[in-house]
Amino acid sequence: MAFRYEIRLSGAGGQGLILVGKVLAEAAAIYDGLNATQSQSYGPEARGGASRSEVIISDTDIDYPKAENIDILLALTQEACDKYGSDVKPDGIIVIDSQTVTNPPAGNFTVVSLPILQSAVERLGKFVVANIIALGVIHKLSNIVSEEAIKSAIRSRVPKGTEEINLKAFQTGVDLATEWLKNHPDHAT
Amino acid sequence: MEKSNPNVYMMQGNTACAEGAIAAGCRFFAGYPITPSTEIAEVLAYRLPQVGGNFIQMEDEIAAMGAVIGASLGGVKAMTATSGPGFSLKQENIGFAAMAEIPVVVVDVQRGGPSTGLPTHVSQSDMMQARWGTHGDHGIIALCPSTVRETYDLTIRAFNLSEQFRTPVLLMTDEIIAHLNEKIELPEPSTIKIINRQKPTVPPEKYVPYAMTDTDIPPMANFGEGYRYHVTGLAHDETGFPTNDPAKIEEQLLRINRKIERYRDEIVEVEEFATEKMEVLVIAYGATARSAKKAVQLARENGRRAGLLKLKTIWPFPEKEIAQLAQKVSRIVVPELNLGQIAHEVEWATCRALPVVRVNRINGEPITPHEILQAIVG
Repeated sequence: MAFRYEIRLSGAGGQGLILVGKVLAEAAAIYDGLNATQSQSYGPEARGGASRSEVIISDTDIDYPKAENIDILLALTQEACDKYGSDVKPDGIIVIDSQTVTNPPAGNFTVVSLPILQSAVERLGKFVVANIIALGVIHKLSNIVSEEAIKSAIRSRVPKGTEEINLKAFQTGVDLATEWLKNHPDHAT
Repeated sequence: MEKSNPNVYMMQGNTACAEGAIAAGCRFFAGYPITPSTEIAEVLAYRLPQVGGNFIQMEDEIAAMGAVIGASLGGVKAMTATSGPGFSLKQENIGFAAMAEIPVVVVDVQRGGPSTGLPTHVSQSDMMQARWGTHGDHGIIALCPSTVRETYDLTIRAFNLSEQFRTPVLLMTDEIIAHLNEKIELPEPSTIKIINRQKPTVPPEKYVPYAMTDTDIPPMANFGEGYRYHVTGLAHDETGFPTNDPAKIEEQLLRINRKIERYRDEIVEVEEFATEKMEVLVIAYGATARSAKKAVQLARENGRRAGLLKLKTIWPFPEKEIAQLAQKVSRIVVPELNLGQIAHEVEWATCRALPVVRVNRINGEPITPHEILQAIVG
């Protein structure tokens, strides 16, 4: 049976979520030999405004490239969560930033609230790597592409000279999700 | 970690357009950046100098269109890219290129209109502008990709057709395909078919630039190679100089229309999916063809006999192909991101012999497979 895995990454324009989508899609399609598409929807602002990036991963052709039945959704702002927090499938996962999303949606899905933005500042001293921390969380919770593939895609996509801090940010995200899974044994992936 | 296949890339539609242009032999790009087409200019600004080409950002879209016409007259394959508002501005010079028979490629990455509309959101609402945006009777060729790989292939084809038929060719893509990152395997450069304009075989003093030839496509001399001739948007005779002789005017104008109509079988490209034993035919193009293909699959899984005709050539219109398939079905569904521009053409092509159901959207969001499925089920 062909599988189709849908990821929606939402937040504010400028948070780097389109890059996260590109890394995920590239990891799946270029390094893991699967098929993937990455699409985006954003407003005319260069920064701010609600933005979303969607990744579809499959082992077969991907006709409709937009998410409709989401396996995992990331929301880094309340506005994005309110605007794009729908279409999550039953038993799907919503990852929210614990600081910025104080009013998570309710429904038949698991809400994973983690200090993504805070960890970027406190653990790595750089607010801008929050997107890659989120990538680590999504990777650990979705378990859909190999860790090696994601790391290769990070190296090829992030600006030269920032590989190490981004790989550290990725690991921070993986650690946050690992800890969450330890505390919620029912949700082992 | 190594790539699973060295020829495979994740590529955006706009990048595929730029790379396709390079592969086709494009060595000049003039443009004025506009969302959602900007990446085409961005990539070519970097790539063209690497292959000995030139990139120029002009003061506006009108000037950019003029610049590519000039480059082409000099013998260089040239392209410009824009979106709705810029496409409107280019129309006068597109007409000039049609009238003076100058090969150029114009990319329109469609976004919501009218006017500045929705800069970052998808639409397919320039389809009729592609046909009739410039004034006067003229033939035109417009192509429409629905995948990143098709964007690459159809950009090459746009150059080939423009060179072969001495005409502007429009690549009508859309925001979804333009900004979609998709897995793409690029063909070996040696396997790509390239067509170049036919040059005169006679010496300069014998050259008749708009001669009435058997093919209806007179050979084209490049400026700078010793051939001098007159280029004008005014109605002209075979020498290129303006004329008021009704017989000469008609002869030339009928030829520039006929040179596309008579080769329509060669130009028109469509793709059929699940069209065997069908009751409902879905006709779609661009990003919406992807939703339509999924809808047809869902319909078949639910025992509904639906099929898809995907239009890769929009102009000249595939009316013959549509009329043939229409005989097999009782209903046609045309989903499109406008208020029925192509549905109307489908009604003409089928002489309104059967219902043509429209599925339309103009708010910047795509049409989903389930919405098309509903129209299939009826």
